[in-house]
Amino acid sequence: MDFNENLPIYMQIMNLIKRRIVSGNLKEGEKLPSVRELSIDLKVNPNTIQRSYQELERENLVFTQRGMGTFVTEDKAVIKGLKQNMASNIVKSFILDMKSLGFDSKEIVDLITEKAKEEI
Amino acid sequence: MRNIVEIKGLSKSYFNKKALNNLALNIEEGKVVGILGPNGSGKTTLIKILTGILRETKGEVLIDGHEPGVYTKSIVSYLPDRNFLYNWMTIQDALSFYKDFYKDFNEKRAYELLDFMKLKRDMKVTSLSKGMTEKLNLTLVLSRNAKLYILDEPIAGVDPVARDQILDAIINNYNENSSMIITTHLVRDMENIFDDVVFLREGEVYLTGNAETLREEKGMQIDELYKEIFGE
Repeated sequence: MDFNENLPIYMQIMNLIKRRIVSGNLKEGEKLPSVRELSIDLKVNPNTIQRSYQELERENLVFTQRGMGTFVTEDKAVIKGLKQNMASNIVKSFILDMKSLGFDSKEIVDLITEKAKEEI
Repeated sequence: MRNIVEIKGLSKSYFNKKALNNLALNIEEGKVVGILGPNGSGKTTLIKILTGILRETKGEVLIDGHEPGVYTKSIVSYLPDRNFLYNWMTIQDALSFYKDFYKDFNEKRAYELLDFMKLKRDMKVTSLSKGMTEKLNLTLVLSRNAKLYILDEPIAGVDPVARDQILDAIINNYNENSSMIITTHLVRDMENIFDDVVFLREGEVYLTGNAETLREEKGMQIDELYKEIFGE
């Protein structure tokens, strides 16, 4: 994996795991790869992975069981909240992008309505 | 945390050319530290002093509380930036050589690493490609239970597959009780395995810190920071 964003690696790994949780790739209650496994998989220092897991735990998205590993939260509401949060961030940055191209709110909404119809 | 390496006021001159100039640096136990800088910045001189190959002109160098010498060589496992094996050797000979030479050599780990690197014991050292030689040398160096590993340009000039195997072997070998110093100018390929980085410029520490903190503060990856510092 390439880490190109201008963010610390631990945050990019957090985002990667969040995406996997939201998309259902990692199910609620599912065990995350061990620090060492993910470290080798992504070719990243184990301390960095450890930090990602700690921060995810602080955000209540995962929990650790001593000697067992780290698991995705079983709280569906938390996952739903995360999903909404991520969606809202994507939309926000999209709107900012569109505004910088000179579109106003109404034009953006019209364009999206039109495109969404096409896709369906 | 305890320092495995402590360097104070270190200078080294070759006649009237200063390779290291009043350099100060501490390296904590259990850390993987990248020493970054272009050719001629003093990386290899620093490493040669740490490994006891060169003597400092001025200053103090302590590894695990000792000046470079017999004791430090017994706890430091060093990967030089060139091949160091004899031409008559097979891979098995090289392993036996290392086993005779170093008390802390772990034969079992050496065989595991050889398998992982897809190297066979009966291969002649002279028949190996550049990437295979690098993998063999790294196998030998990582098979010691050392307190400090010093790897000088471990992935220079190897193909991407060999590079990934080398990175995997380095990450696999990581443990909290030993430290690693790695020099490289292939920053992009290696930066994710560093805890801390040290930018060397003209024999001095230009910038040092935790890699993640630097990414956060500067809003860029270490590779971009490297280009900014050494760019012009």
